[in-house]
Amino acid sequence: MTMVNLTLNGKQVSADVPDNTLLVTFIRETMGLTGTHVGCDTSQCGACVVHVDGESLKSCTMLAAAAEGASVTTIEGIAEGDSLHPMQQAFHENHGLQCGFCTPGMVMSAIELVQDNPNPSETEIREGLEGNICRCTGYHNIVKSVQAGAKMMGG
Amino acid sequence: MPEGSIKDGIGASVRRKEDKRFLTGSGRYTADITRPGQLHVHFIRSVHAHANIKAIRKDAAAAADGVVAIFTGEDVAADGIGGPICGWVVTNRDGSPTNEPPHPILANGAVRYVGDHVVAVIAETLEQAMNAAELVEIDYEVLAPVVDLANAGSGPQIHENVPGNMYFDFELGDEAAAAAALDSAATVVELEVRNNRLIPNAMEPRAALAEYDPIDDSYTLFTTSQNPHLTRLVIGAFMLSIPESKLRVVAPDVGGGFGSKIYVYPEEAVCTWASKKLQRPVKWTADRSESFLADAHGRDHINKVRMALDKDNRITGLRVDTVANIGSYLSAFSVVTPTILHAPLLSGCYQIPAIYTNVKGMATTTAPVDAYRGAGRPEATYLLERVMDTAARQVGMDPAEFRRMNFIPKDAFPYQTPVALQYDIGDYEPPLDKALEMIDYKGFEARRAEAASRGRYRGIGLSSYIEACGIAPSAVAGALGARVGLYESATVRVDPTGTVNVFTGTHSHGQGHDTTFAQIVADKLGVDIGSVEIIHGDSDRIPFGMGSYGSRSLAVGGAAIAKAVDKVIEKSRIIAAHLMEAADADVVFADGKFTVAGTDNEKGFGEIALAAYVPHNYPHDRLEPGLEETAFYDPLNFTYPSGTHIAEVEIDPSTGVVELVDWACCDDFGNLINPMIVEGQVHG
Repeated sequence: MTMVNLTLNGKQVSADVPDNTLLVTFIRETMGLTGTHVGCDTSQCGACVVHVDGESLKSCTMLAAAAEGASVTTIEGIAEGDSLHPMQQAFHENHGLQCGFCTPGMVMSAIELVQDNPNPSETEIREGLEGNICRCTGYHNIVKSVQAGAKMMGG
Repeated sequence: MPEGSIKDGIGASVRRKEDKRFLTGSGRYTADITRPGQLHVHFIRSVHAHANIKAIRKDAAAAADGVVAIFTGEDVAADGIGGPICGWVVTNRDGSPTNEPPHPILANGAVRYVGDHVVAVIAETLEQAMNAAELVEIDYEVLAPVVDLANAGSGPQIHENVPGNMYFDFELGDEAAAAAALDSAATVVELEVRNNRLIPNAMEPRAALAEYDPIDDSYTLFTTSQNPHLTRLVIGAFMLSIPESKLRVVAPDVGGGFGSKIYVYPEEAVCTWASKKLQRPVKWTADRSESFLADAHGRDHINKVRMALDKDNRITGLRVDTVANIGSYLSAFSVVTPTILHAPLLSGCYQIPAIYTNVKGMATTTAPVDAYRGAGRPEATYLLERVMDTAARQVGMDPAEFRRMNFIPKDAFPYQTPVALQYDIGDYEPPLDKALEMIDYKGFEARRAEAASRGRYRGIGLSSYIEACGIAPSAVAGALGARVGLYESATVRVDPTGTVNVFTGTHSHGQGHDTTFAQIVADKLGVDIGSVEIIHGDSDRIPFGMGSYGSRSLAVGGAAIAKAVDKVIEKSRIIAAHLMEAADADVVFADGKFTVAGTDNEKGFGEIALAAYVPHNYPHDRLEPGLEETAFYDPLNFTYPSGTHIAEVEIDPSTGVVELVDWACCDDFGNLINPMIVEGQVHG
């Protein structure tokens, strides 16, 4: 067992978990935050993307112990109370989601994409989100959402 | 009340009500649910496509840390647990029925595809179950697999009661008439076309969590289903043989289905069965590899197509011989998909006087194949549009003009095809013209020349299609072999304060029902969509419904909601007339208010709702208190949307990479409730 201490959505959390606990398991099962999804368990689909110290990472491929001392942000941690994060709002306005399963990872990846590149082109968005798979939307409205989100985030 | 007069009513691109929970991580999918004391099941799956099971040694695994139980096919058989059933069968050409082999939920004696369920290892944690599974030894006698569809009939027999590996041999249409047309044709166009197998791959892997309640001897199953009542019916009546009323099936948020979550699978039945045996909740969540192996796959047809043209290049006949890969077992709608949902679409948008088709459904040692996105209908459209292009090339006609001259003319509706369907209405030229204009069809040759100057091959392809949507009606489906009804249900419950709860038998797994259905109710009742709740997916809460597939949710389920709302309005009108001391016929309903015609005497809908639940001054001689109505809607026909899509691609001959450079489409979908959601569905 390993004691893992990290900051999760701004709160200090600690738990004693088996050494091989994945970060996504720590988030979903130990901490009960089920907004982060497991779609493929092989780092392909991106449904499990969270931010670790500001960088988007696939939490199904990282041990919880490797996030010791880090600041982890999940989809539950980006809205300000009842006000959605601009990227969440942009997905809503542009119908960038259907079944919602890929959405948390998609939004988390999109936020980091825009933080790194405040005014991304369509090609840059499509390339930047290659690690996130969606089966419902055909991506068209996701691209529109990210473009709108970038504007709303001040790009 | 004029429809569409409400801001968020019919025709408005209202942003979706369900978005907030999905965008904030508050969606509730099956894998998100945890029950106290739950156990985890891991399935040991066959690594062979075809083998006899000689022995299973599980003692070492049973003694491993955390293991609670290990079940095999023998345990299933000992408890008399049945397998998934086929929900729709067909009659063969010779009048015999479809061959239906048994499908045990854990393999009993033989495995028939890689991924077949052999052993269920149940432990305190998933990791313990997976570790213990490594200790189970299975002796297989490996048999020759059957994976070549074209020659499946000559392979080793897979099921005792499926001779020649043929489940069914279906036909539709007039064979002699099609042969006569081909014999007398000026041109015969021939095409062999494969529709490849695919794996549905919804983003959310399938999952199940079952809990048994010993106090009232009942079960609750949370599962990734497109149709919770069908799951309850099959598991309750056919697999566990328990009263349906003792099983509650909840399909909460479901992360995409695409057909693959229609069917009842062995895993969810094992969880339900084991939850009583072990008196603890049992949970299973597929990993992606299991999704690839054991979700029902889609398509997989080989078609031989022959089309007859007269000297003016009008189509005079069509014969299609299809071999469909059904896989190792008959999944719920595996038989209907390549037959009843395929053959009647072979007329497409075209006037074809004679059509005949034969479909042979073959057993192979591959994963079961069932309905996937459109289910049979896209397969029919694909082969038809391919042969239309081939024909146009063969006779030297422009493919758009060849289609146009063979379209069913708009004054020919209702149009009876030679393959069972009667199209109610249609007008296929305007969408074709619009799509041609949008893509600048006339300018294509210039674009092709420009691409060639860059060393790229540029091509253009079009498809004019018709769909048969809103799968129903029950009587027709029953006559064609369905074992289920295909109506849809809705209950509209108005609360004393005027808020509205809609209980629908359909299921939303991305289609946006929370919004679209609320728009219908808001429009009809003149209330804000914020006061309309859509409830679906829980067999204890909703009326018996058939679920969502076959493009039926709005056309059938939405219509049931509209009918239930109409009943609510009619009852409310009588209450309003009573309160305003007017005749029923003098009371009109518009914009959420009941008014006595020609007066300013009015009652708001909320006042009527309150009066229905506080019936002090009430027409008790005519009405019961309360304001709740249920409707079951069973339509008389499919709906027939149509349209034309055109794609332009460029190929880099040095790498073979194909780039989709342009796409134009024009669809005729009739009245749209929420255009934004409809466009999103088309994108997908």
